[in-house]
Amino acid sequence: MQPIPAQSPAQSPTPSRSNLAGWLYVSPLVLVLVPFFVAPILVVLAASFFATDGFGGLTPGFTLASYVEVLHSALTLKLYLATIKFTVLTWIFTLIIGFFVAYFLVFHVRNQLLAIGLFLLCTVPFWTSNIIRMISWIPLLGKEGLINQALLALGVIRQPLEVLLFSDLAVVIAYVHQLTIFMIVPIFNSMARIDKKLIEAAIDAGASRFDIMRLIVVPMSKSGIALGTIFVVSIVMGDFFVVKVMSGGGSASVVSAFYEDVGVLQYPTAAASAVLLTLVLVAIVSLILRTVDIRQEITR
Amino acid sequence: MLDRDKGNAVAGHAGTKPGEAKKLSRRTLLKGAAAIAGAAAGADAIRGFPTIWAQEIKDIELRHVGVSYSVVKAIGDQAAKDLGFKVTMQNLDTSASINRFISQPNTVDIADLEGWQAKLAAKRGVIQGIEVKKIKEFDNILPIFTKGEIDGHKIPRQGISPYEAMYIAKPDATDLNDGVTEWATFLPQVYNADSIGYRPDLVGHEVTEWKDLIDPKFKGKAAILDVPAIGIMDAALCFESAGLIKYGNKGNMTKEEIDFTCNKLIELKKQGQFRATWTTFDQSVQLMAAGEVIIQSMWSPAVAAVRVKEIPCVYAPVNVKNGKEGYRGWCNGMGLMKHLSGKKLDAAYEYLNWYLSGWQGGFVARYGYYSPVPSTAKKFLTPAEWAFWYEGQPAPEVVNDPYGVAMEKAGTKRDGGSFLDRVKNISCWNTLMDEAAYMNKRWNDFKVA
Repeated sequence: MQPIPAQSPAQSPTPSRSNLAGWLYVSPLVLVLVPFFVAPILVVLAASFFATDGFGGLTPGFTLASYVEVLHSALTLKLYLATIKFTVLTWIFTLIIGFFVAYFLVFHVRNQLLAIGLFLLCTVPFWTSNIIRMISWIPLLGKEGLINQALLALGVIRQPLEVLLFSDLAVVIAYVHQLTIFMIVPIFNSMARIDKKLIEAAIDAGASRFDIMRLIVVPMSKSGIALGTIFVVSIVMGDFFVVKVMSGGGSASVVSAFYEDVGVLQYPTAAASAVLLTLVLVAIVSLILRTVDIRQEITR
Repeated sequence: MLDRDKGNAVAGHAGTKPGEAKKLSRRTLLKGAAAIAGAAAGADAIRGFPTIWAQEIKDIELRHVGVSYSVVKAIGDQAAKDLGFKVTMQNLDTSASINRFISQPNTVDIADLEGWQAKLAAKRGVIQGIEVKKIKEFDNILPIFTKGEIDGHKIPRQGISPYEAMYIAKPDATDLNDGVTEWATFLPQVYNADSIGYRPDLVGHEVTEWKDLIDPKFKGKAAILDVPAIGIMDAALCFESAGLIKYGNKGNMTKEEIDFTCNKLIELKKQGQFRATWTTFDQSVQLMAAGEVIIQSMWSPAVAAVRVKEIPCVYAPVNVKNGKEGYRGWCNGMGLMKHLSGKKLDAAYEYLNWYLSGWQGGFVARYGYYSPVPSTAKKFLTPAEWAFWYEGQPAPEVVNDPYGVAMEKAGTKRDGGSFLDRVKNISCWNTLMDEAAYMNKRWNDFKVA
């Protein structure tokens, strides 16, 4: 993201020209980020300090009332606990599935063309909208859905299982289905760059498969795992729609709560909640980045 | 949020029946002729405008923005055809709409407003008063809206009744006026009375009281509407019906009443009473049709949509008794945004007048909603349709939905009876409470419990 003049001293002999080149490199990103990310965030930040008449009217000023309200409420804690529960469960399952799919593609499919073909196959479900992918679980999981009908017909159960749909289970299933690809791609990418000779050497030195996995593959896929984790965590924590639909409205998330605030025109509280969520996410992401130095791993 | 998506579905297929087209041209022709005698020249006369006027207005575009069950593309298309200017219908959910009217008022020309939204829009100064004199059918609008009464019956004012939100003292006033004036905040165009839908085969008895929704017998088989502002009123109707509490005003609860209601909801949720909550029209239809629930708060066209799938479903007639029960009423109208002026404002008035001239009233009647001017809507309905939808009589022949698909067999009676039976039993109206922020917070407690 930052200009890297060091890479181009050859083309740009003077420091000022290299500076210019650096700015040119980052300008497309800046042009996108400033109006579409920085500006809106500043607006939200400003709104979070405004007072409101309760009916959509904002009084510019500086008050911490919204933050006090959000931070003092037991509801905020419950919402974060609910959201973090979904995030952790989704993260565990996407990580396990994503890791082993990537592992299979990189180390077990000998033909590289086939591996890339299979990798592309993983993306096929993503050719449809994620809303359709989510909603299509409903006829499968419902009381009179395919799974319940099959189990009833087989005599495994006598009453349809209600826990399949409109439950936390359903929410996690939908998230895992939607987000596993975000684990597969970066993990595949970092695994593919592991030198196969390293593995051969380990085998020659008498390492077991488990040791190879533990001492070589996992440490060397760390950057992919970290990247995938960032994607999954930030998407789940920033989502409300999946929770709303798959829990049948039976559960809420941080975002769904402040979406409702916007619905009744409580802009400052909604803005304060949004700022809080952004801070929490920044903290989580920096924690991940502290554990794994992604930049170093990538330029390795 | 309040997505009665049926509106959208309905919109796709509508066409003018030949008979209607003829009537319409005749009507507009008269209007046109009255406007200018010289307009006899062909097509322009049929559009109802003098030639020069028609030239000038054809570049005008009106953007009508609001919820899908009220802002319907087929209706906009028909208006454009009859009026000769462009009409664009844009759908948003309830909360997105009011947010857009307030934050980007200049991107909207005609705002689709419920009573409480009209109150808000006036307060925020984004709408201008509608000059009542310029609305041709104004005197024929049912007194439910214009005077707060019908047939000698006072319309209750729990929540924000359309009458309550109807008037402002001056065109740019920001506070509502209690009592009739020359300036309206919004012009009602479609409304109905909401109650409970249930499966008669599985519930086993006739439902006429809201408390059945929270009956432990239906544990895990009931659902409630998850739009906080109105979901809490459905809940309040249930608790009042069960004799648990008596509200001062269900539509504007005190903090204590909100606490009682939400705590009770949380208790019911923990006992497993609710299989789900729903936010869109489609979800409510799916829940019922897929056998997930057998009783839930529901909207009239949603019940019809379940029945079209050959699944028995009844819309509970929850008539007021002993000061309890009753329907939750709602009404959407049209507001003129403040930035409208000149020819565009003239066109907007034409558009408003067109809405009350009958075609739209006939159209919405075919999916169970009502027009504020039934006398004009009647001209666009067959006698059988009128008898079924408005008079509550057994259908003399098969009743079709707006697509022309058969919906009700001959002999069926509309649940809840005639128009008057239904509207006189409205006990509260969709609202935004003074304690909306607190209510919303407590509703989220219920959601996350």
